Amino acid sequence: MELLKKLTQITSPSGNENAVCDFIENEIKDYVDEIYRDNLGNLIAHKKGSGARVMFDAHTDEIGILATFIEDNGYIRFANLGGVSPYNALYQRVKFTNGTDGVVTVDASRDDIMKNLKLSDLYIDIGAKDKEDAEKKVSIGDAAAFCGEFCDLGDKVVSKALDDRVACYCLIRIIKEMKSQKNDLYFVFASSEELGLRGAKAAAVSVNPEYAVALDVTATGDTLGKRKMAVRLGDGAAIKIKDNSILCHPYIKQFMIETCKKYDIPYQTEVLEFGGTDAGAIHLSGAGVATGAISIPTRYIHSPCEMADKGDIEAVINLSIKLIEEGFGE
Amino acid sequence: MIKNLMELSNAGGISGFEYTVTPFIEKLLKKYCDEVNKDISGNVIGYIYAEDKNAPTVMIEAHTDGIGLMVKDIDERGYITFVTIGGVDPRILPAAEVVVCGKREIYGIIATASPHLMAADERNAGVKIENMAVDVGMTHDEVKEIVTPGDMIYFKTDAVKLLDKKLSGKYLDDRAGVISLLMALRELKGKKLPFNLAVVCAVQEEVGLRGAVTASFGADPICAIVVDVCHGTTPDSGSATTFKLGTGTVITCGPNIDRRMFEIAKKTAEENKIKYSIEAESGHTGTDAWVVQTTRLGVATLLLSIPLRYMHTTVETLSMKDVEATAKLIANTLLNLNTEEFSLCTLKN
Amino acid sequence: MYLKELTSLRGVPGYEAPVREYIFEKIKDKCDEIYRDNIGNLIAVNRSGKENAKKVMVCAHMDEVALFVTKITEEGFLKFDTLGGIDTSVLVSKKVLVGDMAIPGVIGAKAIHLQKKGERGKGIEIEELYIDIGAKDKKEAEKKVQLGDYATFDSEYTEFGNGFIKAKALDDRLGCAALLELADCRYDFDLYLVFTAQEETGLRGATVAAKRVNPDFAIVLETTACNDTFGYLEKDYSTICGGGVVLLFADMRTYYSKEILKDVERVAKKYNIPYQFKKTVSGGNDAGAIHLSCGGIKTITMSVATKYIHSPSSVINKNDFEAQKMLVQKYLQEVKL
Repeated sequence: MELLKKLTQITSPSGNENAVCDFIENEIKDYVDEIYRDNLGNLIAHKKGSGARVMFDAHTDEIGILATFIEDNGYIRFANLGGVSPYNALYQRVKFTNGTDGVVTVDASRDDIMKNLKLSDLYIDIGAKDKEDAEKKVSIGDAAAFCGEFCDLGDKVVSKALDDRVACYCLIRIIKEMKSQKNDLYFVFASSEELGLRGAKAAAVSVNPEYAVALDVTATGDTLGKRKMAVRLGDGAAIKIKDNSILCHPYIKQFMIETCKKYDIPYQTEVLEFGGTDAGAIHLSGAGVATGAISIPTRYIHSPCEMADKGDIEAVINLSIKLIEEGFGE
Repeated sequence: MIKNLMELSNAGGISGFEYTVTPFIEKLLKKYCDEVNKDISGNVIGYIYAEDKNAPTVMIEAHTDGIGLMVKDIDERGYITFVTIGGVDPRILPAAEVVVCGKREIYGIIATASPHLMAADERNAGVKIENMAVDVGMTHDEVKEIVTPGDMIYFKTDAVKLLDKKLSGKYLDDRAGVISLLMALRELKGKKLPFNLAVVCAVQEEVGLRGAVTASFGADPICAIVVDVCHGTTPDSGSATTFKLGTGTVITCGPNIDRRMFEIAKKTAEENKIKYSIEAESGHTGTDAWVVQTTRLGVATLLLSIPLRYMHTTVETLSMKDVEATAKLIANTLLNLNTEEFSLCTLKN
Repeated sequence: MYLKELTSLRGVPGYEAPVREYIFEKIKDKCDEIYRDNIGNLIAVNRSGKENAKKVMVCAHMDEVALFVTKITEEGFLKFDTLGGIDTSVLVSKKVLVGDMAIPGVIGAKAIHLQKKGERGKGIEIEELYIDIGAKDKKEAEKKVQLGDYATFDSEYTEFGNGFIKAKALDDRLGCAALLELADCRYDFDLYLVFTAQEETGLRGATVAAKRVNPDFAIVLETTACNDTFGYLEKDYSTICGGGVVLLFADMRTYYSKEILKDVERVAKKYNIPYQFKKTVSGGNDAGAIHLSCGGIKTITMSVATKYIHSPSSVINKNDFEAQKMLVQKYLQEVKL
């Protein structure tokens, strides 16, 4: 879990993926034939092979905030990078890409503020004396991510940014542990997914695959309150049927389910009523790409304490490796 | 053709699962096309080739998918909760009959509370999807054997003919459009067009105009005629823009539509005495025309619509006269089309 | 065996003829006397042959809930009212058959795209609904339908799941089917099989029939509402579909005699017939009219739990239906008058 821990603790909010891409590149460069970055900050690794072109994708960015304005007293106003809920952000610690630490707090000028909290009600306190002092550490346009240390709970892990570093972790392990391949494989560590699936959209055009599998997190229905969906932590790799951005391709769904059955890999099917993933951007590229997704069930997505199950993570890695070894389009 | 439309209307094939109904459409297209293919997204594309191999392509398009439901979960008593696929109005669900497509197809009813046992304010609160589930009359274990989250659920209906050549059923949005394409092909049989004709029966329109994106990329047309439905007049349509059933086809004008194509269609309708109305749409037409127009280097797009009452219910109602008018206009517009008008205009070189 | 045919027939409060004629055909060679009174009740008698015989009346109602055309608009749409209680939420997006000629019609709903924000998710009023038969205008509509025509649900009898049956009009063709099977029975009292009219509009037929028959004992065979479905807690089910014959302590019209209930329970236990008690006080049936008649008549109701009652897709469990038939037959053998 050291690798996963390191990955989650890197500060790389959307638009600022260099730090995590450098780390990943270092991990995998000896295991791939080709590795490069493109204009959008995607990290693309190529393991050459014959057969149809297949793209595996995980996104490197995490949600965060962008400093927009520094008040005279040194407090910093901000905008969101990706889906940031004001209730999840309140009183959280943030870390800017340059290492500066801060705390998100609320501007209580409005009565009744907690009933309808908005991001514009919040600001960041970095402990600066005044504006001049603050500007020594933070400039407008600087980005920060939320802090949330990594905890190993035994059979589960908790951390910020499991979305989508846990998928990056899976991809790294897949690259290292796969034994054979039947396709020409591209592993895309995509940027700016949280801003609208942007990196993946471009990568899909440049890689131009025939088949694609996106790895991301998905919500679960196993917490208190109205049971929202069937996915549960510990029930295995979640094979995506649909989310708001894609109805997964029948061939890919079938291939995944059959592979799980063949190799006894625990799995569950995922129906997500809201939210989209890189798969949505990839499948409509060009004349179409047969695309599916494998998800890591995760509680409390987009909070600083996302939680996933180790068994599910292994299942996702296992399934992906077996898909690669069996070959797409065979 | 009305029989084919009724058969299509009664079939399943919700967005993402159109493959259950595309074999039937492929069969119908093969009668008129040189080649019928399916692209990676599941779109069915029939080609009628021009004599000149290098001729440009014109696309005529309608979507085959319908709205429906998808299995979300199975509760301890065997009731199946669901999510919606496409814009499903919850009001049509209480006591509706459905088919759940698991390992096999099973019959179900959407459970609703008894009004005798409801308080007055409960009754007036309206229906909500999270309070509904499918009753298949089996235990939890029995259902789990057959059904998995992600399985498709479609509405079980039997299309019915009403008076005055009207038809009522589900998925007339947009299978009536598909049938109008076939009727147009029938009318064009024996006539040679100076361009390749791509006949696209697209998927996943109801979930975001998705199939049309890849279909039109693949067909790579220079001009396109998209056929969908528009709102038919009913007693309660109020001030909304609607069209009376039986008054013909509807031609749209506006930024999403190529002005030249619009003028050609209008002129063709006048010349051939085809009944029509005009719909002025200031922006997104809410149809595949929106994504077709910006495919590749741009496509000159025309939108024709069939008036439809009660859109997105299981009793959508239209007049076959309007379907026939639409088909006739498609065929004759294609005969009047000169694709040279639509190539890149070089103003100076 | 009668249930499928009976639920397909179209008989509504005020015009039960198709059902009455079917029943007559089935019993004419079995019962001793058969009468039709001037409100539409069908009364059949199996005489015991004894002097001063006691009288037992068993009844079920022939009418189903339906719609009633009250206006034909200029554009040819049909405005309607309900015959009996139908919740508007089950009418949207359904098919109906109008009038004696069974003209097909649909009850549409304003397309979701056209609904304003406040409209979505609100309950719909009956004044907002109408039947579309496709007529070009009022003139064409009037050739096929007229004011006062009834419209019944167009719903097919379907068996599904573990012994469940879905059909329209299970209320109360199910009772009629059970009654029909008593046509062959003879006892040492005069057995009156009464198929009542206009129950759904206020127990009208039963009010009249009870006065004519003036029985010593009455049994009403009915269906009853059931919330044993999704989204309800056990305490709110009222009855359980498949939980056996439903006996009631009370409903909105009748407080049943504890003594009679105990006796019925005794018979049910004796013959191992599954039964349950209804857990809410709600609804009403012909017993409400009968028990107050002629100075007071001993009356009991035996019911079958029906999910989605008064909708095109009402559902019962076959086992409950069999249990109801068995209970009434055994009780008639054992009743002490």
